[in-house]
Amino acid sequence: MIASVRLTALGIRHNYGDLRVLEGIDLAVPAGEVMVLVGPSGCGKSTLLGILGGMLAASGGEVRMDGVPPRDCLNPLTYVFQDFSLLPWRTVAGNLSFALEHTKLSKAERNARVAEMLALTNLSAFANAWPRQLSGGMRQRVGIARALAVRPAVLLMDEPLSALDAQTRDLLLDEFATIIARAGVTVVYVTHNLAEAVRLGQQVVVLSRRPGRIREIVHIDRPIAGRQATDPDLIEVEAHLWSLIRADAAEADRELEHA
Amino acid sequence: MPDTNISIAGARVRFRAAGFAPRDIPVAGAATLIGLLVLWQIAASLGLISTTFLSTPVQIGRALYALAISGELWANLAASLQRLAIGWFAGTAAGLVVGVALGLFTIARSPGMSVVSAFFPIPKIALVPLFIIWFGIGEGSKDITVGFGVFFPTVINTMAGVDGVPRGLIRMAQSFGLPWTSIVRKVVLPGALPAILSGFRITTSTAIILLVAAEMIGAEKGIGAFVLQAGNLYDIDNLMAGIVVLSVIGLIVSWILGRIEKALLAWR
Repeated sequence: MIASVRLTALGIRHNYGDLRVLEGIDLAVPAGEVMVLVGPSGCGKSTLLGILGGMLAASGGEVRMDGVPPRDCLNPLTYVFQDFSLLPWRTVAGNLSFALEHTKLSKAERNARVAEMLALTNLSAFANAWPRQLSGGMRQRVGIARALAVRPAVLLMDEPLSALDAQTRDLLLDEFATIIARAGVTVVYVTHNLAEAVRLGQQVVVLSRRPGRIREIVHIDRPIAGRQATDPDLIEVEAHLWSLIRADAAEADRELEHA
Repeated sequence: MPDTNISIAGARVRFRAAGFAPRDIPVAGAATLIGLLVLWQIAASLGLISTTFLSTPVQIGRALYALAISGELWANLAASLQRLAIGWFAGTAAGLVVGVALGLFTIARSPGMSVVSAFFPIPKIALVPLFIIWFGIGEGSKDITVGFGVFFPTVINTMAGVDGVPRGLIRMAQSFGLPWTSIVRKVVLPGALPAILSGFRITTSTAIILLVAAEMIGAEKGIGAFVLQAGNLYDIDNLMAGIVVLSVIGLIVSWILGRIEKALLAWR
């Protein structure tokens, strides 16, 4: 499956009441690439992702999707949530099936897709488990499997690893890299973790402090597969990203302390 | 504060995080009830309790047996259960529909809540005479009394249940493009189910209370009417037999609800 959908944001701005959160955001997420959004707390990363995915109505500007979605795509813009958002009353297989039940797929096709995604995310043995019986990492793998089951054109991932411990995060990051490369989708990934950003991103968009504006877009021209957190060039990029964010992050932190 | 640190030599660190984790022991529940009955019987046999005012468990058992043999128990029980079932199901069905509507629609919420808030605190027993005037002394007034009493708590519990469904789950369903009806059916209703079922425990008890009150005010048949009649005749054995029947109805309903909860909420 070759992704061929490009996402473009034009002049996006957003306010929460009197609070200006985003200002003048112009972005183009190239088809089949991973774009990571980073920035200090409260800079509007998740808000921007919500706008890109059609889950939040922007105060101004527009988002366009161009291209041809995969032939068997059932939901072009698909989310992976920070808190996993699994239905606790459905089993793992039931949660995957949930995303497919309202589509034109027959029951047999649905079951086949569920089985395929469970295998892809190494969850086949847990098909009948309840979400409460899974670890945080496994729950997020279910979230990924559910998102991939609809063969998305664009995957929107909102800090998918932030609720997990460091070890699980590292392991899952490797899995994400493999799964994303294999699925070949366009990805917009929000994180506050710069190591994650350089590990997955082909473009890292650095947002400034509120109101969030694009400070810089850093390109990492290396395939995602095979990247290691310890690679010197990635460490260098991470240091550069931190230099861009540091002052804003400290200011945002002070702002939170006084709030 | 002393200037120097005090040393602790070999003090054993004790476990201090026990308790606050109550468990259900069903056998203990049954044993407690049986134990109370035995104590009650012994106290009456020793003359510590006057059987003129309080029958013994054995006397109540004999009265129940006689009522069962004569068919009087079944006639009264059938009348009560029919009213209970009609009233509870009607009140619950209406309460669920209105509760879900109040939980989902802005246009229904404020007007609906003002009506519910105005009616909910009224003791429904006070409305029984009014319902008899409106709907007659027959079955209608009793069914309506039970249904009306069940309706308001069901509305409130259902709305609270719908409100309590994590918005993140609804957003997730929307992000997958589920239609509105599917979101209600597959996310909102299952998410509200625990609150709805715990509300059923309250409404079944309310229904039994209102049923007895309505039957005492105007009915020929029914456990409430039977208890009132026995009281008027100073027939303590039959009066208490009627009360025991009501308690058993409550226990059976509670057991059924427990089974339903276990079946439907196995995921918890």
